[in-house]
Amino acid sequence: MDTPLKRTPLYEAHVKAGARMVPFGGWEMPVQYAGIVEEHRAVRGAVGLFDVSHMGEFEVAGPHARVVLQSLTTNDVAALAVGQVQYSVLCYPNGTIVDDLTVYRLADDRFMLTVNAANIDKDWAHVTQHTEHGKDARWTNVSADTGLIAVQGPRAEALVGRLADQDVTKIGYYRFARGRVGGVPALVSRTGYTGEDGFELYAKAADTARLWAALLGAGHGDGVQPIGLGARDTLRLEMKYALYGNDIDDTTNALEAGLGWVVKPAKGAFIGGEALEKIRAEGVRRKLVGIEMVDKAVARHGYPVLKDGRRVGVVTSGSYGPSVDKYIAMAYVEAPLAGVGTELAVEVRGAAKAARVVKTPFHPSRVKKA
Amino acid sequence: MSNIPKDLKYTREHEWAKAEGDRVRVGITAYAQEQLGDVVFVELPKVGTKVTAKKPFGVVESVKAVSDLFAPVSGEVVEVNGELPNKPETVNQDPYGKGWMIVVKPSSKADWDQLLTAQQYEELLKQGGH
Repeated sequence: MDTPLKRTPLYEAHVKAGARMVPFGGWEMPVQYAGIVEEHRAVRGAVGLFDVSHMGEFEVAGPHARVVLQSLTTNDVAALAVGQVQYSVLCYPNGTIVDDLTVYRLADDRFMLTVNAANIDKDWAHVTQHTEHGKDARWTNVSADTGLIAVQGPRAEALVGRLADQDVTKIGYYRFARGRVGGVPALVSRTGYTGEDGFELYAKAADTARLWAALLGAGHGDGVQPIGLGARDTLRLEMKYALYGNDIDDTTNALEAGLGWVVKPAKGAFIGGEALEKIRAEGVRRKLVGIEMVDKAVARHGYPVLKDGRRVGVVTSGSYGPSVDKYIAMAYVEAPLAGVGTELAVEVRGAAKAARVVKTPFHPSRVKKA
Repeated sequence: MSNIPKDLKYTREHEWAKAEGDRVRVGITAYAQEQLGDVVFVELPKVGTKVTAKKPFGVVESVKAVSDLFAPVSGEVVEVNGELPNKPETVNQDPYGKGWMIVVKPSSKADWDQLLTAQQYEELLKQGGH
């Protein structure tokens, strides 16, 4: 039988706000409030709040914590200073992907990993089975105790700044600080999944509803809106950010997915490292590219990609992009066809619809790099 | 409860049908567009196409989903709303007006009598819409 869907600490707030709730990765989550396109525009033009409390958080602490993470993740943890965040990947020995994640260095010997909601159990098994789980590297799954709210958009800094007990303008991109926001103890991380400037605020599960209410109340003049998973998906698609389960999974390797920039074999051995070095040396067979529809049609996950009638790839994500006002998609295509400008077609309900490979991100990123 | 005009007939798949002399105008209901969310793509048949009652005649896509459009009656398409492919959001804004999709010249009167009345359609929605 179906297992009951899990609910975040903000479930009541979503229902009260009139959100449409849907099952997502084992969770009952808001897919939209006012409407996906309106919410998308609110994030690009003002500021939006996302409940991402369903995501998982693990901590690993102890004298071996860094070494353990080096052996598990593809990116170089030694390059991560306390107060910094790093995007990274967990791989299987063959280089395919267990999950993508962010790694936070909380202290010299203490880290937090933020993982995808649908992968929490699988990731937990992976990290604990593949490392010594003892006093030198103690793993704790703090997912259930942790709430997470993303505040994204050009007004995010003003909104969070108004409620914070510190100067959040000083927190650089992919850095974090601890403090209070709206009186709630929080880890304030300058990260996100939209291509806009903004923060992700980690708080105790029990405090999360209070933080959400404080942000909504204080953001009225900024035009703040709650944003559902629907707009989260169109926003990340316009950035060509990969979504686990759509664009990356245990059949795709990190290099063909375009994640080579976080694969650092020079750091030493890690799970999947040898396989990825071999793939890098031989060259990838296919690449994840951005596609724009030339003919009017929506490319969707699983639709075949064609070149002169021959199947050369598959769409992994696709939708209407509200900010680019085009039908856009991500797709794996044979490496020789991955160049910008390549004319392709997407098979939509049996008909070949013209498409072309384009430069990404589809919409310019406005994350605060300075 | 969604707006359900009394002078229209309905399908169980949430299309509306309006008698205009010997023709039938077709669109999707307010309930349907609410359930779909933002409509971003509409694919309609060409004038002259033969459509069959209860069979798909086109496609409407929202950000999240692809849905078939079902013909309320069999017959020939005599008019198509050419504005919709460029302004699919019209389906959300005015589902019973500017968001119409096609006009069909029915091949028989039998299909019409099979359609739901406004009251029957309202009952369907009360039961959850399925």
